[in-house]
Amino acid sequence: MEFFTISMLNGLSYGLLLFMLSSGLTLIFSMMGVLNFAHASFYMVGAYVGYSIARVAGFWPGLVIAPLVVAALGAAFEKYCLRRVHKFGHVPELLITFGLSYVMLELVQLIWGRTAVEFQPPELLRGPVFTLVNSSIDGMHLLWGAAPAAMCASADAAVRIVCSPFPATRGFMMFIALVMLVALWLMLTRTRIGLVIQSALTHPEMVESLGHNVPRVFMLVFGAGAGLAGLAGVIGGSTFVTEPSMAATVGSVIFVVVVVGGMGSLAGAFVASILIGVLQTFAVALDYSVFSALKSAGITLSAAAADHSLLKLTLAQVAPILPYLFLVLILIFRPKGLMGTREG
Amino acid sequence: MTYAVELKSLRKSFGKTEIIRGADLAVAAGERVAIIGPNGAGKSTLFNLISGRFGATSGEILLNGQRIDGLKPFEISRLGLARSFQITNIFSRLSVFENLRCGVLWSLGYKYAFWKFLAGLDDANERAETLLRNLHLERKRDTLAMNLTYAEQRALEIGITIAGGANVVLLDEPTAGMSKSETSRFIELIRDVTTGKTLLTVEHDMGVVFGLADKIAVLVYGEVIAFDVPEAVRANPKVQEAYLGSVLADAQAAEAGH
Amino acid sequence: MTTTSSARRFGALGPRDLIIWGVFALVLLVAPLVFSSGLAVTMLSQIGIAIVACLSFNMLLGQGGMLSFGHAVYSGLGSYVAIHALKAAGDGSFPVPVSLVPLVGGIAGLGFAVLFGFVTTKKSGTTFAMITLGIGELVFAAALMIPEFFGGEAGVSANRVVGKSASGITYGPQIQVYYLLALYTIVCTALMYAFTRTPLGRMLNAVRDNPERVEFIGYNTQRVRYISFIVAGFFAGVAGGMYALNFEIATFEVVGAGRSGLYLLFTFLGGATFFFGPIIGAVLMVVAFVLLSEFTKAWLLYLGLVFLLMVMYAPGGIASLIMMNLRVAKFGKLGRLVGWYALLGVTGFLAFCGIAAIIEMVYHLQLNESLGPVLRFMGVELNAKSAASWIGALALGGIGYGLFELTRRRFAAQWGEVQGEIAAAIRAQEGA
Repeated sequence: MEFFTISMLNGLSYGLLLFMLSSGLTLIFSMMGVLNFAHASFYMVGAYVGYSIARVAGFWPGLVIAPLVVAALGAAFEKYCLRRVHKFGHVPELLITFGLSYVMLELVQLIWGRTAVEFQPPELLRGPVFTLVNSSIDGMHLLWGAAPAAMCASADAAVRIVCSPFPATRGFMMFIALVMLVALWLMLTRTRIGLVIQSALTHPEMVESLGHNVPRVFMLVFGAGAGLAGLAGVIGGSTFVTEPSMAATVGSVIFVVVVVGGMGSLAGAFVASILIGVLQTFAVALDYSVFSALKSAGITLSAAAADHSLLKLTLAQVAPILPYLFLVLILIFRPKGLMGTREG
Repeated sequence: MTYAVELKSLRKSFGKTEIIRGADLAVAAGERVAIIGPNGAGKSTLFNLISGRFGATSGEILLNGQRIDGLKPFEISRLGLARSFQITNIFSRLSVFENLRCGVLWSLGYKYAFWKFLAGLDDANERAETLLRNLHLERKRDTLAMNLTYAEQRALEIGITIAGGANVVLLDEPTAGMSKSETSRFIELIRDVTTGKTLLTVEHDMGVVFGLADKIAVLVYGEVIAFDVPEAVRANPKVQEAYLGSVLADAQAAEAGH
Repeated sequence: MTTTSSARRFGALGPRDLIIWGVFALVLLVAPLVFSSGLAVTMLSQIGIAIVACLSFNMLLGQGGMLSFGHAVYSGLGSYVAIHALKAAGDGSFPVPVSLVPLVGGIAGLGFAVLFGFVTTKKSGTTFAMITLGIGELVFAAALMIPEFFGGEAGVSANRVVGKSASGITYGPQIQVYYLLALYTIVCTALMYAFTRTPLGRMLNAVRDNPERVEFIGYNTQRVRYISFIVAGFFAGVAGGMYALNFEIATFEVVGAGRSGLYLLFTFLGGATFFFGPIIGAVLMVVAFVLLSEFTKAWLLYLGLVFLLMVMYAPGGIASLIMMNLRVAKFGKLGRLVGWYALLGVTGFLAFCGIAAIIEMVYHLQLNESLGPVLRFMGVELNAKSAASWIGALALGGIGYGLFELTRRRFAAQWGEVQGEIAAAIRAQEGA
């Protein structure tokens, strides 16, 4: 039971992180028709910049400054590079963001090296935010903070006690993601700039002819999207790992999220992020394979067949490709995505 | 009698807005019909429905007696209906000649062949050359389509439309954006290249309408309120009320000599 | 019967084209005699493979407007199937002649393109790109999960020397492999060129320019894309088979996103809008990988920056730059621009030196800590820890860039003038 709860929470937190990233991607795509290939690179740069600032000034300043730095980078890129390419069409736009991802990866490796760096979460977030103690006689309790070691071990062999901590970093991730979600929603629906953005989402030319400075709005949206990715980077980098390949690992997943959720739909991106986050987290934790499933159903295979790698593959090993499988299936059966309005 | 194009209670809604509200039309083979109506009446939508670009919400569309509503554009095109576009829709990075040659390929049966060379397809090449001459675009034969003047692009647009030898031709505002002299030359061109074919054209210029059309269909708020010879349509009180009752229209018609 | 010049108006090959192909064949024939070192022959073989791969990629991008992020799937799977065929040829279970192994790769590429292509070509534009990315990741991940076929981390290797053939050719020495690969290169290039002159090839271009209009002239756009995708997959597979033959090994990175990205990068650099562009790109790819990486660790960064500049300023790639200048030369106006080009070159070089010096110094600090702070850059000694070097580099870069910008504006004005004169000349010709 506690396994399910903790895995669910882990999955939700990962899904929310994915949403932090894919929301920016969706906004940029909806408004500008550009699928920002370099979005995950902004994530990576956020993590590294956060790491460097944290080393000098501490984690919390890093959490605030790094996203701003990344946002500025994003806005500058939009103004000086992307805008120039806009008139050539969508393929060159995709190409230039692709080129940017290359360059950012090389620059990060240039400045910070090719190996992972130790980006530690702050003191406050180092322990668990709560611990689920499941005792076979007492049932399940929730303890805030860490459970003392004595509680987790049982002297009596008949009593089984399992302690499952839920890391504070993950909890913080969920917290920030939810705050961001609410802030985004409020901004889009309650402020004037949000209204302009909403209309420019579907009718950019019309909005421009109404006198709004759409290029400037584009720059702001691109910058904001990048900044969100940077924020996700600070949190993700300190929770998981900060290394050059972090862009590639999460990059393809967020594209899957955006396509599965439906290009241009924030709600779809949210649903798809949670879905994929939970799915992958559970899959990684489960050790079942086709072979073991058959075995529990009472079917035993011959020794040769049992050795075949496809059947021996556990769910955990297959977990990395699940999003892509999902992508291909969605594109076959429901090409608009779960909630899509545009088809790209 | 089998009509070339027939619309039966055709309806089309976009979301909650109904654009075409029960349009009925029966065009005989070889007739030249001009479709007129106020802006927003749904003329381009009608063309989009007939050519398969949009699907109808309800009703029937028949081509030579065969139902074509619900078919894909390329299926309808293969049945002998071709259309031009109001906003020029050509192959910008191909030359004028290549544009026309593309238009003839399917009708001559070359389909998806990648084992024959274009240079050796004598019938396709001859047909494209003939078209080139008829459109008076010989001088711009090897110019890239995106480098043509607006009027030349409109001519090419029509060229691609009729290249496949379709018997039913839909022209969507062919003379849009042209000057007076260009327009009259263009009308001559259209008349030449569509001899013997069934022609439906959307037009705003009354001079063009009265000069080109055997019959006029008047589309108002998604319904065909009149379909008759020009004189009868002009005299029709419903039409006068909805559309033609203006000094300008009278003047244009007078200029065209009717 | 039409005369030769008339037939040429419809696209048949004339004497000029035959000369170009002849020169190409001659170059392929003679190159290893001119560059005869072991390294050179290896590079030439790799260039042949890259040419076929990039040309097949450009069938999708330049001719069809389809941006694929997963083209390595087809060349990579072709490599794997070919290497298995080579192994089987070696142990006698599948008696395929070694010289036909690339063809086996081609058939594999074709098969997988039939399989994946249907879903992939259902969509166009950005969605198409995303599907290719997804399938690429899928195959890449699968490669690590099915060691029976993919050989796990170590990959699958085979020996291309399978015993003596009647002619005495064993394909052991690199030079023999080179000539076989060169044959495949020229045949595949010719076939792919021929494709561009067929109805399907031309309709593929039409689909690129205006996919909607194509439907209204009787063609099913998706069918055009799908069949072209399959043809491109075949040639990608052939390139993969050539790779397997040359390197005698296939590892999981041949199906990876990195390789797909390289196809994209270099095809685009070479020029996607002309047929010969990818050939230039292929040469660049091998030269960059093998030679440039020796000069500097930062070569991928330089490449990325060049790519960015290309997308912004010359989206037609090197091929388009060549063709634009050839056009100017045809009208006799190239002389006016030569001086400006030289000036652009000098100022650009200055700016580059400054920027490169900074990049090299950062790399040096990063990677070669143990060697001390001094490094040699272009014959000059730099001290990565001294302010003087940094300031000097920055100054050089800044001044160089400023001068470059100034020169570029003047050049742009000149270029505009020249273009205007050419346009007027053309109009005069047409009017006559």
